[in-house]
Amino acid sequence: MKLSVWTYEGPPHVGAMRVATAMKGLHYVLHAPQGDTYADLLFTMIERRNHRPPVTYTTFQARDLGSDTANLFKTACKEAYDRFQPQAMIVGASCTAELIQDDPGGMAELMGLPCPVVPLELPSYQRKENFGADETLFQIVRMLAKPTDRTKHITANLIGPTALGFRHRDDITEITALLEEMGISVNVCAPYGSTPEDITRLGAAHFNVLMYPETGEAACRWMERELDQPYTRTVPIGVGATHDFIKEVAGITGLAPKIDTSRLRLPWYSSSVDSTYLTGKRVFLFGDGTHVTAAARIARDEMGFEVVGMGCYNREMARNIRALAKEFNVEALITEDYLDVEARIEELAPEMILGTQMERHIGKRLGIPCAVISAPVHVQDFPARYSPQMGIEGANVIFDTWVHPLVMGLEEHLLHMFRDDFEFHDDAGASHHGHAAKARVETPEPAQVEPAPTSDNVIWLADAEKELKKIPFFVRGKARRNTEIFAAERGVQEISIDTLYEAKAHYAR
Amino acid sequence: MNSHAPPPGPRGCLDTPVLKQRGQHEVFCGLTGIIWLHRKMQDAFFLVVGSRTCAHLLQSAAGVMIFAEPRFGTAILEETDLAGLADAQEELEREVARLLERRKDIRQLFLVGSCPSEVIKLDLARAAEKLSAQYAPHVRVLNYSGSGIETTFTEGEDACLAAMIPALPETDERQLLVVGALPDVVEDQMLDLLGKLGIDNVKVLPARRADSTLAVGPNTVFALTQPFLGGSLAALGRRGARHIPAPFPFGEEGTTSWLRAVAMEFGVDLTLFDTVTHAPRARAKKAIAKAAEHLDGKSVFFFPDSQMEIPLARFLTRECGMEAIEVGAPFIHKGVVGPDLELLAEGPTLAEGQDVDLQLERCRAAHPDLTVCGLGLANPLEAEGLTTKWAIELVFTPVHFYEQAGDLAGLFSRPIHRRNALRLEAAE
Repeated sequence: MKLSVWTYEGPPHVGAMRVATAMKGLHYVLHAPQGDTYADLLFTMIERRNHRPPVTYTTFQARDLGSDTANLFKTACKEAYDRFQPQAMIVGASCTAELIQDDPGGMAELMGLPCPVVPLELPSYQRKENFGADETLFQIVRMLAKPTDRTKHITANLIGPTALGFRHRDDITEITALLEEMGISVNVCAPYGSTPEDITRLGAAHFNVLMYPETGEAACRWMERELDQPYTRTVPIGVGATHDFIKEVAGITGLAPKIDTSRLRLPWYSSSVDSTYLTGKRVFLFGDGTHVTAAARIARDEMGFEVVGMGCYNREMARNIRALAKEFNVEALITEDYLDVEARIEELAPEMILGTQMERHIGKRLGIPCAVISAPVHVQDFPARYSPQMGIEGANVIFDTWVHPLVMGLEEHLLHMFRDDFEFHDDAGASHHGHAAKARVETPEPAQVEPAPTSDNVIWLADAEKELKKIPFFVRGKARRNTEIFAAERGVQEISIDTLYEAKAHYAR
Repeated sequence: MNSHAPPPGPRGCLDTPVLKQRGQHEVFCGLTGIIWLHRKMQDAFFLVVGSRTCAHLLQSAAGVMIFAEPRFGTAILEETDLAGLADAQEELEREVARLLERRKDIRQLFLVGSCPSEVIKLDLARAAEKLSAQYAPHVRVLNYSGSGIETTFTEGEDACLAAMIPALPETDERQLLVVGALPDVVEDQMLDLLGKLGIDNVKVLPARRADSTLAVGPNTVFALTQPFLGGSLAALGRRGARHIPAPFPFGEEGTTSWLRAVAMEFGVDLTLFDTVTHAPRARAKKAIAKAAEHLDGKSVFFFPDSQMEIPLARFLTRECGMEAIEVGAPFIHKGVVGPDLELLAEGPTLAEGQDVDLQLERCRAAHPDLTVCGLGLANPLEAEGLTTKWAIELVFTPVHFYEQAGDLAGLFSRPIHRRNALRLEAAE
């Protein structure tokens, strides 16, 4: 038993729903109690889908348990087929139905429904949403995809985008365009927008683009083995990764690497003098493994940030993230407990967080700016405008998104100059963020200053603590931390104003 | 339309046959009630003993992550817990100990049963008893089930309140107990009105904090402010308290009828009653009339959601001039909504339970001007050209009593008004 307040991932059947809802002509019969239908609203409200997810829930109740939940499932299956006439069905159980052991897969098989039925075994008490999506797509592909002749011209499948995915809708458009420039067309994009009939044609592509390892890797591996289709390992998020991706595709296909960078603005925006203030900003990264990996490279190599910590919530990616963290010389945090993440952020006191909607809330609480880079998603992660993460436009979008929460260049200098100004002060926040301006509250000097908060037995003297408060909020955490490390390394027990400025000189960049 | 439609036949819809279908239910489970109950009871923590699905539901229903550390959480059952039950009890005790250690502000802890905990027959009553003995007197531990196999949406609040009732101390005092979680501002308005009527010994369940002087006994009379409290009604009956049946305090008519039923019980002078209610009644009527301009003559179709459907249909048909086509409710408890049914003119189909696909077919065929439904159905129906009102907002928004009557009507008129206001096509 593990106490959880907020979760990064839903249960595995929600992953299966993300696959089913992304597809057309597929229907999911889910053996589940009344109440599990809440999952519909994830798609209709968060993603603003204009149709119900193609899911029939058996919605059994307590009184059905003693009698015949198995029959309830069979009736639901039969009626779902009759009503929706799908090309294929997937069947499975949610966490409660798993306990009553009705074996939906076995029952559906025996019913002899006039369409292929894919049984799903998703262990609800061990695995989570991403596994559910990955496994569901894999099982659908395994049952329906058959070896077939390759298309005459070079084509690729896009594998992994699902409903409720972080910017999947727009990434598909971006990658399709990237491939198009090299003369490669998309054979099938799955699961997003595909039908079971399309899945049978997967084998016609020359290779697969694995867009999101979280939700597409098992299918890609199977197709590599059974359909002899290589798949791409580079996820093209960021400028460097996009160039690497093009190279990888060229290597697979034998085509010349070609990319039109006329619309790519990140490199110049990052080099322009206005961006000098971004140099060495200390950032903490958290999200799914794929997005964190991409963000780490962008943060360091393309924005000039300093990555001070990173982690992911999906254990499937733990090994990759640990290796990456080692390369960045930081400690990896692999956890699904947001309190652990909050504690780590508090400890590291970064100047910015690149995380999920959870970290956005942590940032709000701790007063640290945050940009969202990964699922779990929120209605805000489905903007009306075109807003991919991948490819050329993705890099542009990322530049804007990451810079937005920060106090901008010149404003940062003004804050340094006028830090005690009555309007232009720490609590006023960045001027381009819409909230009411707060006047600075003059607090009378306390007669006796309490011993300042300490860490590792280092004491802040009152004067030093006061001086620290004069430093603008967005660098104060870093100043405090650096000074404490500086003091600890030298065995200094008390931090004075001198210690503060000695530390400042020591860490000058 | 306004000064009340004439009373319907002597029994209204009370004897109308109820359509009962069994199929897919598109409803929340009772765990959802935690979202508002934990705001109402400020020293309570709700610990769901369940699965990742339960945790995910709470987070999704709460509109994702409103509060940094909310006073609810899920003890997620894992493979090892399912293997042996004795183990699960110990695990639960360990998690509770850890929680209470971190949250010293917690005075009431609810262990909330879920579908998986019910199916594996985890004995939360025993756990609550044991923990209560361990943490008394600082923390009281109670249990109830919010599972989807036993409760539908608002029934979670009913189960929670019903679990608190047997634990209340006994009293012989003549008192009024008002039952149902209301937003504080609405509760204060209600207490003010009752006070002006001379009814002073009023208690509210649930109380805002655990250390209130709430007690119950044979001289307690009680009124419900929510139509989904059938279980609490029965539990209070077992404590010897007596129910004051009344229409629910939605709209001007509902509020007046509710207050009058209470006033009659306490022998309040009718002149005083009129004096006290005159001004707020006039205000409520005026506010409703404004919103009702968009509603008059329009038809409404209710999908089952919160059990508030019958009183709300009564309000919309009698005070806003609407016509009800179908009124679906997860349960129809005539001992609770009888007075509202009596006021609801015959005509609409009354439906209990649900087969959502069949109900959607009826709704499409009727093409109502307004469809009241859950969040899973609202956008799909809007995309089909129907105007909808999400039902959950009726539970989360202050809608009771006079001063909110206009807001309540506004919740229904806004979608219609919006559809009329939008001009999304090219000018002709």
